[in-house]
Amino acid sequence: MSTQQSARLGVDAALRNARVIVCCGSGGVGKTTTAAALALRAAEQGRRTVVLTIDPARRLAQSMGLAELDNLPSRVAGVDGELDAMMLDMKRTFDEIVLAHSDPERARQIFANPFYQSLSSSFAGTQEYMAMEKLGQLVAERRWDLVVVDTPPTRSALDFLDAPKHLGKFLDGRVIKVLVAPARAGGRAYLKVVNAGLAAVTRVMTRIIGAQVLTDVQQFVASLETMFGGFRDRADQTYQMLAAPGTAFVVVATPEAAALREASFFTERLASEGMPLAGVVVNRLHPVDGVFADDGVGAARTIAAAEELEAAGTHPETAALLRLHAERATLARREAALVERFSRAHPGTPITPVPAFPEDIHDLDGLRAIGAALAG
Amino acid sequence: MPAAPPVEARRRLHVVTGKGGTGKTTVAAALAIALASGGRRVLLMEVEDRQGIAQLFDTPPLPYEERPVAVAPGHGQVVALAVDAEEALLDYLDMFYNMRRAGRMLKRMGAIDFATTIAPGVRDVLLTGKLKEAVDRGAKTGRRVYDAVVLDAPPTGRIARFLNVTAEVGTLTRAGPIKTQSDSVTRVIRSPQTAVHLVTVLEEMPVQETVDGVAELRAADIPVGHVIVNMHRQPYPIPARLGRTTVRAGLRAAGLPADKPVLDALLAEAADLRSRIALQERERIELDRLGLPIAALPMLTGAVDLGGLYRLAETLAAQGVSRSVG
Repeated sequence: MSTQQSARLGVDAALRNARVIVCCGSGGVGKTTTAAALALRAAEQGRRTVVLTIDPARRLAQSMGLAELDNLPSRVAGVDGELDAMMLDMKRTFDEIVLAHSDPERARQIFANPFYQSLSSSFAGTQEYMAMEKLGQLVAERRWDLVVVDTPPTRSALDFLDAPKHLGKFLDGRVIKVLVAPARAGGRAYLKVVNAGLAAVTRVMTRIIGAQVLTDVQQFVASLETMFGGFRDRADQTYQMLAAPGTAFVVVATPEAAALREASFFTERLASEGMPLAGVVVNRLHPVDGVFADDGVGAARTIAAAEELEAAGTHPETAALLRLHAERATLARREAALVERFSRAHPGTPITPVPAFPEDIHDLDGLRAIGAALAG
Repeated sequence: MPAAPPVEARRRLHVVTGKGGTGKTTVAAALAIALASGGRRVLLMEVEDRQGIAQLFDTPPLPYEERPVAVAPGHGQVVALAVDAEEALLDYLDMFYNMRRAGRMLKRMGAIDFATTIAPGVRDVLLTGKLKEAVDRGAKTGRRVYDAVVLDAPPTGRIARFLNVTAEVGTLTRAGPIKTQSDSVTRVIRSPQTAVHLVTVLEEMPVQETVDGVAELRAADIPVGHVIVNMHRQPYPIPARLGRTTVRAGLRAAGLPADKPVLDALLAEAADLRSRIALQERERIELDRLGLPIAALPMLTGAVDLGGLYRLAETLAAQGVSRSVG
């Protein structure tokens, strides 16, 4: 990318110094592969590393020994260094928190509640909380020099940052207080002690969702209540860890308007939260070879030449190659323009271009190649 | 010509899903234009708070309100709506209980936030409820407001769960208005009126998700329409054997530089394309095993603008994706 004005992201510096690297970006941009490639490179440079992936492609998972989802890090074979990898099991992580914060009898009640089953296995939000929780656990274990984490495929990349705060707000919400009131006051008596406004809310909720459901919800919230303090503290700790100097965020994008827009939002958000952005990785670029840069083999010239050859009917192979090259040159120009627009909007943000690989990445050699491209 | 299908068997709800990055919003918009051509009125809905439709049509963010965003050939019209779960709940309370004020109070207290956090299925019930309302609007009077509804849906990994709300809500509520509501939504979604189209690109992970998504939809009895291969690269007519001497002669004939670096680079591009095409073909075989109709859309080399959308709409129509029967 000869037009690129911004500094390049030298990932090796981040790999040497960071304690936590968080890869974020919109869905389908290659976050998981980037996270795995960074972790492998760090491990092979001598750091004890663990990578937490959320939803890796099957073959990539297999090549990292992640065929089994056991929610525990395990050693990746074939690495010249120490690399552990794990895949997040959202429900099991949630179960572990419940077990750690309540007695067995209460844990059993919680596990049996239909709302717990829905909450712990649904994707909307829980995955973000649990990824954060697991990240906190891995860092706290102090077994690794570096923890690399992939983020869940959220609707918006920002959901990830908001998860800890959202949880806190949720737990402190007035509705929670209304719902736990009966458990404290005992039976129906609570209706007399809470004010009329709250009673009205309960009436409305009863009418909409039915009394049985409301009771289920109340029991669920009451049984979780003892764990709230723990949840809140951990959410705060995780947030502080993300803002701490040892953390580096890597925003991942592809050269498409939507993905770069998300990357923009995220870059701005990190800056406003004072969170350390190491740089932006732009995956799947289709650059043209440097020999075409200044010798006049541009798209227009190439098309003209191809047409000339086609008209003459003399060199069909060369004409086809020139057509192909013209298509690539056009695509390369469009991608370069998108990346340049991004870099102008975010001056000083280091950008690392990574070319598209003709094959999907599904083994350690593929990850090494990506890692080398990331290092520039 | 076969006889027209009975009105109730006609497809009028097209759900477009796909893995992130495969272009499902673009495909949903193009399909809406295709369905609207010939003077029909089509609603294009999004449910994920992304404002993808506004960005695509280059308009300011859409409010919770139905607004025309594009015209289609033959006086057709595409109307867009960005559905917000909280607003949909207020609508719902108003419609069934005449309780808009109580709804506002619940919203202020964070009850809606609470409900969607503790039982995320609730959010999906509200969103699919709005979807069903739009599909059926005007049906009782025989004058349907929309000839078709296109949903820019949640991604492939969540689509079956999203559309199959009854299963989730059914475990939480055994009776009551929410249960009744979600049952009626499920009836529409499982009927021949609905088709779920899965957008993919011919790469390993999106194809794998597509295959998994189809299995989940089938298990939930939800009708699957087309698999749409987006950003498809036409197998370029590159001769299988490219001799350096032949290519060099061609470059010289065209008056272009023909030194070794240029030659190497051009041949490397050809090799790169060959491996991509080989990969595409392997993934295509995976998709063929699904036994579903497959449509392909070309990669647009320019930015996706209105002109590009019309072109994609024509391509979809030509491949039968906008047909009114499955």
